Amino acid sequence: MSHDILTSTFAGAIRSGTPLLFATLGEILAERSGILNLGVEGMMLIGAFTGFAVSYTTSNLWLAVVAAMGAAAILASLHAFVSITLKVNQVVSGLALVFLGAGLSGFWGQRFVGIQSVSFVNVKIPLLAEIPFVGNILFNRDPLVYVGYVLAPFIWWYLYKTKYGMNLRAVGEAPGAADARGINVSLTRYIYTIMGGALAGLGGAYLSLAYTSMWVENMTAGRGWIAVVLVIFAIWDPLLAMLGAYLFGGISVLQFGLQVTQTPIPPNIMKMFPYLFTVLVMLFTSSEKMKKRFGAPSALGVPYSREEKT
Amino acid sequence: MKKLLLLLAVLLVAVVAIASPLKVAFIYVGPVGDAGWTYAHDLGRQYVQNVFGNKVQVTYIESVPEGAEAITVLKSLASRGFNVIYTTSFSYMNQTFQVAKQFPKVIFENCSGYKTLPNMGDYFGRIYQAEFLTGLIAGAMTKDGKIGYVAAYPIPEVIRGIDAFTIGVRMVNPKATVQVVWVNSWYDPATEKEAAISLINAGCDVIKSETDSAAPLQAAEEHHVYAIGYNTDMIKFAPHYYLTSAVFNWGKFYVSDIKKIMNGTWKSQKYWGGLDDGVVGLAPITNNVPEQVKKLVKAMENELKDHKFRVFDGPIYDQNGKLKVAAGQTLSDQDLLSMDWFVEGVIGKIPK
Repeated sequence: MSHDILTSTFAGAIRSGTPLLFATLGEILAERSGILNLGVEGMMLIGAFTGFAVSYTTSNLWLAVVAAMGAAAILASLHAFVSITLKVNQVVSGLALVFLGAGLSGFWGQRFVGIQSVSFVNVKIPLLAEIPFVGNILFNRDPLVYVGYVLAPFIWWYLYKTKYGMNLRAVGEAPGAADARGINVSLTRYIYTIMGGALAGLGGAYLSLAYTSMWVENMTAGRGWIAVVLVIFAIWDPLLAMLGAYLFGGISVLQFGLQVTQTPIPPNIMKMFPYLFTVLVMLFTSSEKMKKRFGAPSALGVPYSREEKT
Repeated sequence: MKKLLLLLAVLLVAVVAIASPLKVAFIYVGPVGDAGWTYAHDLGRQYVQNVFGNKVQVTYIESVPEGAEAITVLKSLASRGFNVIYTTSFSYMNQTFQVAKQFPKVIFENCSGYKTLPNMGDYFGRIYQAEFLTGLIAGAMTKDGKIGYVAAYPIPEVIRGIDAFTIGVRMVNPKATVQVVWVNSWYDPATEKEAAISLINAGCDVIKSETDSAAPLQAAEEHHVYAIGYNTDMIKFAPHYYLTSAVFNWGKFYVSDIKKIMNGTWKSQKYWGGLDDGVVGLAPITNNVPEQVKKLVKAMENELKDHKFRVFDGPIYDQNGKLKVAAGQTLSDQDLLSMDWFVEGVIGKIPK
């Protein structure tokens, strides 16, 4: 019995962590370039809606995924334009994106309510799925889960081991210096803000194409905001983001396991732990010394203007 | 000549007054696209439009926030000449009450509240009666005697539904249990699905959903266990394992209420209609359910309609085996409206 609860909690953790993982990775890319995009929830909603609409009309799931990422990327490019080119307050623009995404997806999505579409199904990976205990949990999943497995380490490698990743981090930490070295700060920020949007869209699409095969308004139910918190929890590190996403996901599933087994731990307390931990991370990284190593990108949220030459 | 003109003018005004449609407004707490609570009310609004045609002018405003915004919306509707305003959530009760006092000529109806005025009534459906009927089906269909119930929030309305459902289950299957999981949300398909999966993993072979989305039914379909829905017909989401849903037919109430308003017999009341009025009922039962079970459901439905049987007739024991309702007694509406205990056969806790 307890073994069942354990395996089903792990299985559920990956399922419910995957949309968080995509959105968190996307926000890490944007924030690493210095752009704070609080509109993750709105971009996920646009992704969830577009993905469902395309899968329902074409029955082509991969096309639906691409469309979802594209639609969310368009929304993100709006944020990029407003905060990079027009240099307005990024918090305000991000919040506007949340309402824009919720409103547009709700409006266009009305006629897709109450219907069911095709959905990603589990694909067993030969050999790996035979590993005792973990094999079936990790390697008998839907294809998007595998995308998550590969994407997080890839982005980590890209950030820390490639020239492009170094440029990206430079733009977020010291845009002036990056500019002096010939890196196009605005272009870099545009690219990663838009890529971040596409990943948020992928996270939303996971909800309407794999987790459930339906669309209802506001179906992200706050996951975009959790992703924003997860970025801090993961101290802007893609691999820690993977850990955090599955942990947050696992806790939201564990509350049901505890209820079913009549364990007297209130689910509200359980749900609080990740946030408590996030606050601790923020406290830990608040000192000057720690901030340099683990803190937010120094230029996060600050519009860049080249200084006037005299 | 002048007199004739005057007479014509008066006649014209009278004709216009008679022909001008009754203006009806609906205030929704969520989007019509929620596929649940608000969607069910909107089906009712559409029914009103179809029945009365151009004799009514119907409008709705969705996702109206509670509090000051609701008051602004209600006042603007009332002053724009709307004759009837339905506020379709408990959370608008006080605002409706406040505005109704200022507009005594406009009729207000609040869903699931309890405050009334001469021009303000309340209405709700005895969905627990339909829940009881779905319980009969679940009890007959379970093989291992374990049924899972995905519930939203621990409030009397939901607890009452779980109890009625369980009474139905135990009537046909006295040893079966109903395991409850609280989602603590009305509205989160992915989490609702996760809750259903946890029940299925714990061995439940029938899933009853009470939350707004159809995600628990999708979970049941994927894991090959039977599914029962809530609010509206949800057969599309579990085409092979669907049994039925407990549904609201708000249109039945709206039409009869508007008829009363039109012919001048409307009076303020606390309306709590059930199967007898057709305000609540079952979605068509699928062929997964054997004929004799369908017959039993039909028979019990008729008993309830004719008031020969009430769901909460004693003897009823609570979770701990304590007698709560003695034989020959029944729970009053007051008891039902404040229900805060589980009947025997429910596994799960009501968080205090």
